Amino acid sequence: MAAEVKISIESELDIVTARQKGRELAAGLGFSGTDQTLLATAISEVARNIVSYAGRGEIVFTSLNEDGRPGIMVVAQDQGPGISNVEQAMRDGYSTGNSLGVGLPGTRRLVDDFALASTPGVGTTVTLKKWRR
Amino acid sequence: MPVPILKQGDVLIASIQAALSDRDLVEFRDDVATRVGSLRARGLIIDVTALDVLDSFATRTLRGIAYTAKLRGANTVVVGIQPDVAFAMVELGLSLEGIATALDLEEGLALLSQRSGQRGGRS
Repeated sequence: MAAEVKISIESELDIVTARQKGRELAAGLGFSGTDQTLLATAISEVARNIVSYAGRGEIVFTSLNEDGRPGIMVVAQDQGPGISNVEQAMRDGYSTGNSLGVGLPGTRRLVDDFALASTPGVGTTVTLKKWRR
Repeated sequence: MPVPILKQGDVLIASIQAALSDRDLVEFRDDVATRVGSLRARGLIIDVTALDVLDSFATRTLRGIAYTAKLRGANTVVVGIQPDVAFAMVELGLSLEGIATALDLEEGLALLSQRSGQRGGRS
């Protein structure tokens, strides 16, 4: 895998492209089928957040290696309105948009590492990491 | 890509063939609502065997389709959720509460005919 792969998220069609790319990269690193699906689902959620709340943004995939153990880092960034209360956004059942309210807290359960950084008026960055088991 | 909808007896069978965009899903929902009426369907089977991801939007739309069909007089069975997909849905906190599911198309058809038999529906 190239060190970095970037997918622009401009419309809802790119959500499918992004999650397929994530699955393909995870498969290439030897992730199990289940872990590929968990990662692809997590990517789908963060990509949808970009489309729903910011309109556009990008997702960057980076391959990781920690003591010989491969992993993938997924960074989803946008310059959208941002999240004013990150703690609230991470609570199960909370949603400002028209969703089931599982978005970010649910996504966190699909990956090994999850970080959310957001500044109102500047944008949001969600960073996910998943390691091969 | 449109989802083909076949009719068998009074059951509609919609087989989702490939990853659907949000727009495809919404079109599919509208299509089902119309066809349940025009084809006088009593049952609807949605086969998601080919889907490798069911995220929150897809799940919400499937629920919407099933509820819409119910209001139009047809019972829905979602069939073919793959094991990995089911696991990811559970982890994500999604459910298809109140919607019948079955392992595959055959089981789904059996479930629908059992139900219409119970309420003494038309044969």
